[in-house]
Amino acid sequence: MVDKITIENLSVQYADGTESLRDISLGIAEKAISVLFGPAGGGKSTLLRCLNRLNDLTEVKAAAGQILIDGQNILDPQVDVIALRRKVGMVFARPVVLPLSIRGNLTYGLELAGEKRRTKLDEAVERSLKLAAIWDEVKDRLDDPAIALSGGQQQRICLARVLALQPEIILLDEPTSGLDPISTGKVEAALQELKKEYTIILVPHSVQQAGRTADYAAFFLQGELVEYGEGKTLFTAPKEKQTEDYITGRFG
Amino acid sequence: MEKSLNWYEFVITRLIKASGYSAILFVALIFFFLVREGVPALLEANLGSLLNTRWYPIEEHYGILPLITGSLIVTMGATLIAVPFGIGTAIYISEIAPRWMREILKPLVELLGGLPSVVLGFLGILVLSPYLRVLLDLPTGLTAFTGSLLLGGIAVPTVVSVAEDALDAVPRAYREGAWALGATRWQTIWRVTLPAARSGVLTAVMLGIGRAIGETMTVMMVTGNAPVLAIKLGSLFAPVRTMTATIAAEMGEVASGSTHYHVLFFIGMVLFLISLGVNVAASSVVFRTKKRAERILS
Amino acid sequence: MKRVLPNRHLTERIGFTAITLMAILTVLPIVAVVIYILFQGLPAISLGFLAGFPHDGMRAGGILPAIIGTIYLTIGTAIFSVPLGIAAAIYLSEYASDTPLTRTIRIAIINLAGIPSVVYGLFGLGLFVIFLNFGTSILAASLTLSIMTLPVIISTAEESLRSVPQAFRTVSISLGATRWQTIRRIVLKEALPGILTGVILGLERAAGETAPILFTGAAFFLPRLPQSPFDATMALPYHLFVISTQVPEMPIQIQYGTALVLLVFVLTMNLIATVIRSRARAKRQW
Repeated sequence: MVDKITIENLSVQYADGTESLRDISLGIAEKAISVLFGPAGGGKSTLLRCLNRLNDLTEVKAAAGQILIDGQNILDPQVDVIALRRKVGMVFARPVVLPLSIRGNLTYGLELAGEKRRTKLDEAVERSLKLAAIWDEVKDRLDDPAIALSGGQQQRICLARVLALQPEIILLDEPTSGLDPISTGKVEAALQELKKEYTIILVPHSVQQAGRTADYAAFFLQGELVEYGEGKTLFTAPKEKQTEDYITGRFG
Repeated sequence: MEKSLNWYEFVITRLIKASGYSAILFVALIFFFLVREGVPALLEANLGSLLNTRWYPIEEHYGILPLITGSLIVTMGATLIAVPFGIGTAIYISEIAPRWMREILKPLVELLGGLPSVVLGFLGILVLSPYLRVLLDLPTGLTAFTGSLLLGGIAVPTVVSVAEDALDAVPRAYREGAWALGATRWQTIWRVTLPAARSGVLTAVMLGIGRAIGETMTVMMVTGNAPVLAIKLGSLFAPVRTMTATIAAEMGEVASGSTHYHVLFFIGMVLFLISLGVNVAASSVVFRTKKRAERILS
Repeated sequence: MKRVLPNRHLTERIGFTAITLMAILTVLPIVAVVIYILFQGLPAISLGFLAGFPHDGMRAGGILPAIIGTIYLTIGTAIFSVPLGIAAAIYLSEYASDTPLTRTIRIAIINLAGIPSVVYGLFGLGLFVIFLNFGTSILAASLTLSIMTLPVIISTAEESLRSVPQAFRTVSISLGATRWQTIRRIVLKEALPGILTGVILGLERAAGETAPILFTGAAFFLPRLPQSPFDATMALPYHLFVISTQVPEMPIQIQYGTALVLLVFVLTMNLIATVIRSRARAKRQW
């Protein structure tokens, strides 16, 4: 498996100097689900937001290192951030549907990119809703406000919204934290299908979810990468004691 | 496509930033013009004579003290009315009134804030002042007191709006803590909620005072326009002249560039500085509110 | 042991009654004023009054020029203050960070809000009428009223923009939008009803003001309607002021009629703003 993303010696700081991530080096395999897990404050969300340069909006700065996606360092100021964000999509912890119709939510990104053709937009809407496994539930009410859907449905709309832009990488930051088990199952099932075509990085909301979904897993503790490996081996026979302690629930 | 988007966005961003700075530009501009036309007054009629007690421009007497006392006495009277009624109404709306009543009262108070001052002055002349003249057995109904009554009414919406926000912003947990300790709702209001909202209520009062000092038309129409030194208690029930009314009444009749003209601008400068002082003081009282807009609105 | 309980509840009873009374006494005059003017002024209202010109030194005839003048001034004020005010609000809400410069801007806005209306009149006289040589004109008066209305619009607009959830902006950016695209497509669109409410309330205030237009644009009598922005104009607030204080033997009915028209103008704007606000609150998708 070739690495889609290579993170080299990345250190990230807050504006006041406190460190969020310390010297992280990690390779993310393409077309697989990589899971970043660990207790709160570990820097997982921060790392995710570095990957689509969403941290540009906040007080968090990359102090050292680089992140290579397909060989190109995306932390370089010359990089076209807009194009990057279309290539690297993100699903957030709370389902945030835009105050538009379902169709409007899905076509938002494409319209921003300048796509105006009705046929292309409709095609994208249907394609992405099917990939997010929600087409059948909403196909008759695409012009209804997205806010009218349930939490689980909204989150899958958020996933579809990202997919409409045909990204290469999908980032998910605790996407099922507010959802019931059935909706969670639907999302996880969709991810298993999607990983055939997309590189997926997931921050799970529980160790169990990490265990269920991970092809590869990375354990983060207080800004440092403790251990990284294939999901099967890491969860059954972790190399580091800290990893084992966390997985077995001795701390959390 | 991306290129033209970038250029367009660049221009828009520049325009927005420039608009943001414009407020500073306008304040500076206003101050500049007031000073430009007002400072010559200090040269033509020196400061000493400006602080005289006689305002009689026809004979070149430019003592502004009577005008200052006029403004002061009317404003004080207005404050004495607006503060209790304003805070009381705010307490009622925020702490006592049922939901449906609140939905009626708030728009009504906002309505009062929107009434043109000239309409209130008009009613003052036709209705209030004759009534007061008869009621209080005065030679004329156009007095500082009449002005204070109307001005109080004008300042009340400001006080109510800001004070109500302040009371609203007090966390529910404070009240619940007091109730849990056995306090009645009344005791809670006076001993817990109101003190907690202290800085916001103070801001409300200051902004109300600011509103009263700056009012022009109402006072011009009902306070009698007699520039006499208003320092006795009886002055409240006699005609006075405020600074604002002086400017409004006499500006139309002065020759541009004359001493009288400059003195009027000087008075304007004084008013500007007073309102600057009040508003800076009011905003430095630390009070973060969601509805800052409504405060300025009324 | 002191018997405290009955006293406490009695105090509360008295206190609540007093406060309630205060609230009623505050609100009652508002209603009374409106009803009184309505009754006194209604007899004067006729098509001739609303659409006719004044005769006989204002003592007879109609007030059309004053009505038209107020409309012109309100539109003029809107033209200058609305785009500028909304843009400034967008700056404060979406672009500015907490720097000394931003704080200075905010202080400037608070000050603009507190300046007495007659001082605005002086400023307008000094800058627009004399220095820029616009003369006593609709243009000078509108510009003066605009600066006076600016703080109101900026504050309400900023409030409205800020109330749009931050999450929308984050999501929009993550989908490849620029900051301005996010503002235009999501933030501004959602904040629009609130902004509109603020604009209407600000313009309502401008329409009712007399002092700023006294030396900058108001005229007592014009034989015909203003033909250009450089003409002076009659206006309802100024007209009411003059006919109630400076015209001898002025029929009371016409005075009340004028007051009523002004009141209706202002209250209608208030009503429209309130309706927009409550409808927007109901339709909100967050």
